[in-house]
Amino acid sequence: MQIDLRTVTIKPLRHTFDNIARRIGGDKPASRYQEGTLDMQQTANFHYRPTWDPAHDIYDASRSSIKMADWYAFKDPRQFYYGAYTMARAKQQDTAEANFDFVENRGLAATLPEAVRDTALKLLVPLRHVAWGSNMNNASICAYSYGTGFSQPHIFHSMDQLGIAQYLTRVGLLLGDVASLDEGKRAWMDDDAWQGLRRYVEDSFVVKDPVELFVVQNVVLDGLMYPLVYETIVDDVLASKGGTAVAMLTQFMTDWFAETKKWADATVKIAAAESAENKEIMTKWLTAWRDRAAAALLPVARIALGDRTDELMGEVVQQFNARMAKAGVAI
Amino acid sequence: MDMTVAKKKLGLKERYAVMTRGLDWTPSYQKMEDIYPYIAYEGIKIHDWDKWEDPFRLTMDAYWKYQAEKERKLYSVLDAFTQNNGHLNVTDARYLNTVKLFLSGISPLEYVAHRGFAHAGRQFPGPGPRVACLMQSLDEIRHAQTQVHAVSNYNKYYNGMHDFHHAHDRVWFLSVPKSFFDDAITAGPFEFMVSIGFSFEYVLTNLLFVPFVSGAAYNGDMAAMTFGFSAQSDEARHMTLGLEVIKFILEQDPDNVPIVQRWIDKWTWRGYRVLTLVAMMMDYMLPKRTMSWKESWEIYFEENGGALFKDLARYGIKMPQCAEQIALEKDHLSHQAWSTFYNYAAAANFHTWMPDEDEMEWLSAKYPNSFDKLYRPRYEFWREQAAKGNRFYNKTLPMLCQTCQIPMIFTEPGDPTKICYREVDYKGDKYHFCSDHCKAIFEHEPEKYVQAWLPVHQIYQGNCFPEGTDPTVEGFDPLAAVLKYYNLEHGRDNLDFDVSEDKKNFAEWRGQATKNI
Repeated sequence: MQIDLRTVTIKPLRHTFDNIARRIGGDKPASRYQEGTLDMQQTANFHYRPTWDPAHDIYDASRSSIKMADWYAFKDPRQFYYGAYTMARAKQQDTAEANFDFVENRGLAATLPEAVRDTALKLLVPLRHVAWGSNMNNASICAYSYGTGFSQPHIFHSMDQLGIAQYLTRVGLLLGDVASLDEGKRAWMDDDAWQGLRRYVEDSFVVKDPVELFVVQNVVLDGLMYPLVYETIVDDVLASKGGTAVAMLTQFMTDWFAETKKWADATVKIAAAESAENKEIMTKWLTAWRDRAAAALLPVARIALGDRTDELMGEVVQQFNARMAKAGVAI
Repeated sequence: MDMTVAKKKLGLKERYAVMTRGLDWTPSYQKMEDIYPYIAYEGIKIHDWDKWEDPFRLTMDAYWKYQAEKERKLYSVLDAFTQNNGHLNVTDARYLNTVKLFLSGISPLEYVAHRGFAHAGRQFPGPGPRVACLMQSLDEIRHAQTQVHAVSNYNKYYNGMHDFHHAHDRVWFLSVPKSFFDDAITAGPFEFMVSIGFSFEYVLTNLLFVPFVSGAAYNGDMAAMTFGFSAQSDEARHMTLGLEVIKFILEQDPDNVPIVQRWIDKWTWRGYRVLTLVAMMMDYMLPKRTMSWKESWEIYFEENGGALFKDLARYGIKMPQCAEQIALEKDHLSHQAWSTFYNYAAAANFHTWMPDEDEMEWLSAKYPNSFDKLYRPRYEFWREQAAKGNRFYNKTLPMLCQTCQIPMIFTEPGDPTKICYREVDYKGDKYHFCSDHCKAIFEHEPEKYVQAWLPVHQIYQGNCFPEGTDPTVEGFDPLAAVLKYYNLEHGRDNLDFDVSEDKKNFAEWRGQATKNI
């Protein structure tokens, strides 16, 4: 049985804004993602050229060598506008908070096998710097890319990476102390194991093409590093040695990667499917940066994987290649 | 490690430090100047980025938690507003024109602020300012989106906002706010922070954002009021950042002081000229008024701003000189602006009207020195003409100021009977200005301001007609062609409120919602 609540109904003159109607094939109700995203960035009649980059307009598609007939072809499969984004993250941070409390209140850090705690600190603490680099790179992509469909997810990604850097800091403080953070930074700056990765990150800071930077950071580096560190090392190797508590502390990163890679894949797919030229450029970037990233991550992986490093790293690269093939770029 | 030894507990400040600046390092594989290429050319000298005092200590987990809570509340109010035909609760349908002005003039600026703070955050080598800027960048996209979402329901029932993005990039008067933000984002990162972070967010926010939100609250606009109140704690953070930026730059090097002073002078004036739109909104467009423009300038700039500049005096910063001229204009600004929009109602995306008798009384009480003498007679004449069927629509395009892009409508400081004109010859061309201050801004950076996309020039050059228009054909109607280019519908989006569909529909719908007919 249905109850029949009556409301005063007034027939609207229109259902959405004209620009949305033009894009969704007519005047029909639009989602908040659509109204908050489509055409948000100004496109015409700019008044002045940037004094910091006079060769380009304020927003300028030619900052990338990827060419799109319409940059709003890029859509976020998560339909994240600010509200949807913060609500999703608030839920995840609730879980993370509960996990940290659980580990802390039961003293689980103290019950970790010495070797596991040591490995976790050695591996995870320097990664705060990688996340901090990603925070900066994603700010860069947000600032200099074209069209809100492409730029918007990058401010979310940027702040996610700051959040991840902060969670990793808390892991360091929980499993160790302030000195562990200092030691992690020292290793990041000086130890051979980290120099390839640090060079990769610093080289990414001078990549100017925003779509290339998206590939370098969000597709390639994260695409190899997250499965390697959080899935292979933390969830499998450390957990099998009594380190389940570590996996609880990094659940945010595991869930985050599973969610964000859907968006990254969709973005790669749309860029590559646009034209043969785009596909060629994407293939070139993906191949070159994958090889660099895989080489840079190898000594890092060795911290936790020892003899099995080459084998497991090989698997991670294979998985990554398969992922890209599915997104339409065979590498 | 012996885990039984109690760990050193970090204080709030230290804990926040390891969560932000502890993450940073000095690169060695790439040069600093290649990673941060835009940081030197403005001449600002920063010796120690660590001297930055974090104005608020918010880690991302706390940010997500608080902001999500606010978003949940905001969207439930918006849903209730939509379900209950909340648009019919506004004081009267004239109020909707404030919403149109806000959506097409201000909301797109929130978006530019979002991109601008992402750019500034990326470019500052200091982790403190970077985190603060990026958090503000994230807040600003929130503001742009919540405003669009809040106004979305109004757009379903009323005219003038249906293509506001398109309008913002094209409609003549919208080049005033647009060029203001374009000016800021094309400046260097330090000037951007002084222009938007300090001058706009700190000095002028109570004169810009607040009057719209208070106006909404006074006029029964629950949607706009709710996003305004929801943004309040974000704005408080932004104001703190704006002030910290100024203090930080000034404390770093005495050579920074004259540069910053020039920016404060420039951006106070630029901001004030944009506030012309707010002044007329406050005095004419709100059916229920919160306070007059003059009162708000006196409270928020002369009193509060005066205290601020006294505080900044210890750095060698003085009250901007333009404050003197603004004080002379405060009896005239809103009236001169409204007269102009009344004239050009055929080419705008909102309606105008003549104040009724009660409103005239209010205006003469609030502006005893100017209203009855100078503006009331004008309005009475226009009202008489309209009653006779001669509602005047000016179809001749006005000359614009090269800097602020407002038509040359302002009068000489101290002589409200004489229009103020200034001009400069630059590389063989003549440029026109509404004031000494706009002229001085141009003269300091002529190569920048000659680029301005001036709507009137563009119309006369034939750049504001739909593609394929032939202006040489017999009977060509330039206004009709320009409205097509703006995507405004003649007779629905423009003209006097009295003849508007908004007025008619609102009356009919309110009847339908409150009476049994």
